[in-house]
Order: sequence, then structure tokens, then C-alpha cells
Amino acid sequence: MPLLRLASVLKKLTPPFLKSSVTSLALQIIVVALIFYAAHGLLSNTQENLEARNIASGFGFLSLESGMPIGNSLLPYSPIDSYGYAFFIGITNTLYVAFFGIVLATLIGIIIGIARVSNNWLISKLAEIYVEVLRNIPLLLLLFFTYSLALVALPIPRKSLTPLPGFFLNNRGIYFPRPVFEPGFWFVALAVLVSIVFAFVIHRYATRLHRRTGRVIPSLWLGFITMVALPAMTWWLIEPPIVWNFAVLKGFNFKGGLVIRPEFTALMTGLVFYTAAFIGENVRSGIQSVSVGQINASKALGLPTGVTMRKVVLPQALRVIIPATTNDYTSLVKNSSLAVAIGYPDMVSIGGTIIGQNDQAIEIIAMWMAVYMTINLIISLVMNWFNAKVQLIGR
Amino acid sequence: MIYKPLPDLPPPLESVGLIGWIKENLFSSKLNSLLTIIATVFLWKAVPPLLSWAIFDASWALSSTENACSPEKHGACWTFIFEKFRVLMFGLYPEQYLWRPILTFVIFLTVCSLTIFRILRTKLLITLWFILPLPLFLLINGGMGLDIVEQSLWGGLMLSIELAAIGILMSIPLGIVLALGRRSDLIVVKTLCISAIESIRGVPLITILFMASVMLPIFLPEGMNFNNLLRVQIGIILFSSAYIAEVVRGGLQAIPPGQIEAASSLGLKRWKVTYLVVLPQALHHVIPSLIGRCVALFKDTSLVIIVGLLDFLGMIKASAQDPEWLGNDTEAYVFCALIYWIICFSMSQYGKSIERRNQW
Repeated sequence: MPLLRLASVLKKLTPPFLKSSVTSLALQIIVVALIFYAAHGLLSNTQENLEARNIASGFGFLSLESGMPIGNSLLPYSPIDSYGYAFFIGITNTLYVAFFGIVLATLIGIIIGIARVSNNWLISKLAEIYVEVLRNIPLLLLLFFTYSLALVALPIPRKSLTPLPGFFLNNRGIYFPRPVFEPGFWFVALAVLVSIVFAFVIHRYATRLHRRTGRVIPSLWLGFITMVALPAMTWWLIEPPIVWNFAVLKGFNFKGGLVIRPEFTALMTGLVFYTAAFIGENVRSGIQSVSVGQINASKALGLPTGVTMRKVVLPQALRVIIPATTNDYTSLVKNSSLAVAIGYPDMVSIGGTIIGQNDQAIEIIAMWMAVYMTINLIISLVMNWFNAKVQLIGR
Repeated sequence: MIYKPLPDLPPPLESVGLIGWIKENLFSSKLNSLLTIIATVFLWKAVPPLLSWAIFDASWALSSTENACSPEKHGACWTFIFEKFRVLMFGLYPEQYLWRPILTFVIFLTVCSLTIFRILRTKLLITLWFILPLPLFLLINGGMGLDIVEQSLWGGLMLSIELAAIGILMSIPLGIVLALGRRSDLIVVKTLCISAIESIRGVPLITILFMASVMLPIFLPEGMNFNNLLRVQIGIILFSSAYIAEVVRGGLQAIPPGQIEAASSLGLKRWKVTYLVVLPQALHHVIPSLIGRCVALFKDTSLVIIVGLLDFLGMIKASAQDPEWLGNDTEAYVFCALIYWIICFSMSQYGKSIERRNQW
């Protein structure tokens, strides 16, 4: 009893602001202790289990010879390279898919979104059907389907489709002519660079002139024409700066040229069309969030439709579109891991093979997490910067 | 003479009725006319062959006969789907016990419709949803007098629905705890919850499934052994709870602070403020987003094929590779897409209708 009384006296003596902080401190200490206990238990279990199963730990395996073949790689790779390098090839493949996936999905998504709000009934219904179908089936199913199309629907190499001379479509891949750069190519590259700088400068000048005097120079057209004309002229003047290495049928398969494997085609098609449906919805809700009054007002001021879209609707729609689209970009990157299901060697697929060979799952999964989080962090940073630029600046 | 207005002239013929509608919606400008023509040509070229493939030229024979699906036929071979129907729905579940998953499904549908049509009181419904999984599990798995059915025999659509339903049900409480923890004043709890949520949301579901099926056995003490299905289910619950936590957080943020202040000034303890005032309102706000998560999770359960479970998509793929029925990939995938689409689309329409009515 005296102990209880002592406690109650102490409780009365403690000032109220301290009372809550004492309990919360105690609670937190308990939580920390529990976590440490659990972590300790897990660690000791893990160690025992790893020893019992004869699994090594640590990242030493990364420098060992991998011995696994990789079908699609951007960089030169052979099975005698190390596990670390193989994993790196996986990272480059993931980044490759992610980058082109994001660019293409954005383009198609914008088209879908605009088609969805079109005042053409047929077009908007078609876009709606597209969105509702693609958003309500699993991506993996779509990938299986595109992969079976790329393998089954396309003919064997001997009966390749040739939509353009030098281009071949068959079930081993899509073959392009490969450009071989001659020394003269650098002049063309220089011409491209110069024309880009010129277009940039003239656009700046036109903007300033417009702000100062109201005169309008068709700067976009001027820039565009320069960017086409200058490199074309250089190309014409210099002896062929690029020779094309065509793919030719030798035996059962094509040799030479550039090839895109069916795994990549299938993964890309599936990812892009799936994500484009989501981005299309974002674009639609963004455009519809701009009130009609804004458009009417800008029409009343006599702005042409294009300018209304560019200067009035788009800046306001982007504020709604960007945050949602950031999420879709990160899910596209994460979804690219489904490559493992159709045999495209991305990071997860190569990591999975490594786990199969040496059982070092913990290390590989840690590496996966680190890479995905870094990519997603970079996407978020870039998109947040972009978002900050289009936000309304409050007074 | 009194001025008497003449009756109004009827509107010009080309601005009313069908012609008016067509002019307004299909040919309002040059660009629109061009687009309409292109779309019509596209539909003209695409729809008739598609219909004749899927319906008119297709083989609808219920059971396999000699010339049901001969290679000369150009239509779809739905006989293949009818033949494989049991496997697609229930996996390798033994035929003599099929009444058990069917009964389970009927009960599940009943509870779903009770929820949709709001026949029971909310509290009763919630209790029902959280109690029901246990008897239903016993019904499918066996035990208590029923013969045990190995979990490796479960599969098909039954498994997909099971994984998604249990995943959502279990992850809602976990997600609420994580969301409350994220808003806690206790710095340790807050950091813990944030890092859990963000690290799960930062990685693809596949890595989490790999983790659950490969790493979980390494973490657990000797002798404590889950089967693959349970491990994958745990992975799905963890994955889903991080996303649900973010959804719930959105609802919590929408509660004006005045509500909490008013409740505290009435003398309610803190957990009572949360339990009686904040949470009911927050959850009510986020029901449409929760249904969105259900759709997403149901689609995501198809990934379990990668860690070796044969769910609906897995069974579709396995059936398409059956040597007796080669060349029916397209039929299999189309059927699979149709079923997923019907389920997901009706769920998202339900979510939208709740959002429109702004009440559950």
C-alpha cells in the first residue's frame, strides 16, 4: 500500500506537461526494446538457418564468375563476367525499359486523354472503351498476351514481313538497318547542335519581342525548319555520313542489323498501353478540372484555339495531372519487374537467377530494394521540381 | 387590332433529331469529320472479323468431339474453355468435394450483396466480414469432420478470389494501425511506421512475393514452417497494408481538427476520440479509394504465378500449354481478360456510384 500511495503522490507532484511526456517516453522505450528483441531473434534465427543450409552471406559473390547467359543486353556481356556485372546489366535493362516506357506511355496517354474529352462522340467513346478495358485487366495477362502475339502471330524468319526495305518482322525479333557512323557524321551532329542552339535563341528573342512590342514571330516554325534543314543540308553536302548495315537472312536466322527481341517488344507494348490508360485518365481529369469559364473567357478575348489550349487550359490542367502521373511513372518502373514472367532479363529476372544459383536471397533483395527506391526517388524529385514550376504562385 | 405573334417556326431540320445529333457530335469541324471517317473505317475493318471469330465462326460445342475445333476452322474454340472450365475455376480441387468451394462462393456472394444493398447494420456487417473467413477456410480446407484438401491442390479463380479477399480483409486493420502510427506524436512509432510504409511502397510486389516465399523460411526459427500459400498470403497482406495505410491517411487528414478538439473537450480519452470520432468519419471518406485498392489487389494477385501458385491466370497459362489443346492461347487469354474485366469493372463502377452518391 505505501508503494501505491508513493506513486499517487509522485503523480500529483509531476507537472501535467511532463506527465504525458513521461508516459510517451516510457512507451517509446518499450517499443524500441520490443523491436530490438524481435530483431535479435530474427537475426539469430537467420544466422542459424543460413549455417544449417550452408548459404554464404555478404556481398563477396558479386565478383565471382556468373556463368549465366543473358539474352538481351545493351552492353557487351558474356557468361564469364561476374555476378556483379550481370546484375548491372539487369539494372541497365530495367532503366532502358523504364525510360522508353515512360516516354511512350506519356505520348499515348496524352493522346488518349485528349481523345476522351473530344467533342467527337465516336472518338471519345473509343478512347473510353480503351481506358476501361485496359484498366480492368491485370498487366501480367496483357504481357502474356502480347508475348504470345510476338511469338505466334509473327512468321518464322524465312517468311519475315518486310514493311519497308531493310526492316524485317519475324518471331525472332524486329530487325532494323544498323547505322555505321563514318567520320563525316560528326559534321552532321555539329549541325544538329548548332540548329538546336539557334532555335533556342530565336525562341528567346521572339518571346522577348512579343512581350515588349506585341509583335509575333513564328519562332516555333522557324526553329523547326532550321532543325530539319541545316542537318539535311550538311548530310547532302558531305559524303554519306552514315552507311547502313542491313540485316540479311543467313540459314535459319538473320545476321547483322539492329534487332529488338520479342521479349522486349512484348514487355514494352504491354507496359506502354497499360500505363497509357492510367495517364489518359489523369489527362482527362486534368483537362476537365479547368472550368469552362476560363475557356470561354479566353475565347472572348479572341485567343485562337491553339493558344487557349497552350496558355490557358494546359498550365491549369498540369497542376492536376502531374502528381497523379508521378505515381503512374513509379508504378511503371515497378511493373517493369514483370519482365521476369516473359523472360526479358531485367534486374528482377537476373537477380532471381542468381538466387537460384547461390541462394543468397537477402543480399539480392536488398539490392533490388536499393535500386528501385533510388529510381523512384529520382522520378519523384524530377516530377516534384516540374510540379513546383507549374504550381500557381500564391500572393 | 391586337398584335398576335405568329407561331414559332420549327428549328431547321439539320439541327434536331438524329441528323442534328450527327452533325453536332460527329461532323462539327473538318478535323472531326476526318477523325470520324478514320474511326468508322477502322471499326468497319476490325469489328466484323472480330465478331465472326468470337461468335459466328466459333465452336460452341460443350464437350470435345471429333471435329469441334479442327484447324481448318477460323473461329475461336470455346470448347477448349468449356473442357477446362473446372480447372480454371477450382484448380485441381478434388471433384467429389466441389460442393465445398461452390457453397463458399455462394456464401461469399450473399455477404457481398448484403453489403452492397445495405441489408444489415454496419456493425453487424463488419463483424460478419471479419468472422466469416474462418468457417469458410474450414469449409474449403477441411477439418472439423470434413476431409482435408491439400492446399497445393487449390487453384484457379477460387484461389485468386481467396488471396485478394483475405489480403484486403487482413490488411485493413493493419493499414489503419500503420496510418495512425504515421500520425503519432511518438517519434519512434512514427519513424517505424513511415519506414515500413515507404519501403513496401517503394518496391514491386514481385520482390515482396520473392521475399515471402524465399526469405521468410530463413527468418523463422527451426520447425516453424508455413506452406507456400500462407507465405504468399502474408506477403500480399503486408504489401496491401502499406497502400491501405496511405489511403486511410488521406481520410484522417480530411478530418477537420475541430472534430478532435470538440471530442476532447467533451472529456473523451484520446483513444476514444480516435475510435469513436476520427476513424468512423475517416473510413467513411475513403470507401471509394478502398474499393479502388480492392480492384488493384485483385489484379495484382495474378503475380503469384511467378512464385509457383496456380491462380486463375496460372491455370489459364497451364491450360494453354496443354499438349492436347495447343494453339488456343488467344481463346484462353480472351476468356481470362473477360472474367477479370467483369469483376474489376463492376467493382470500380460500384466504387464510382458510392462516390457519386457521396454516401455508403
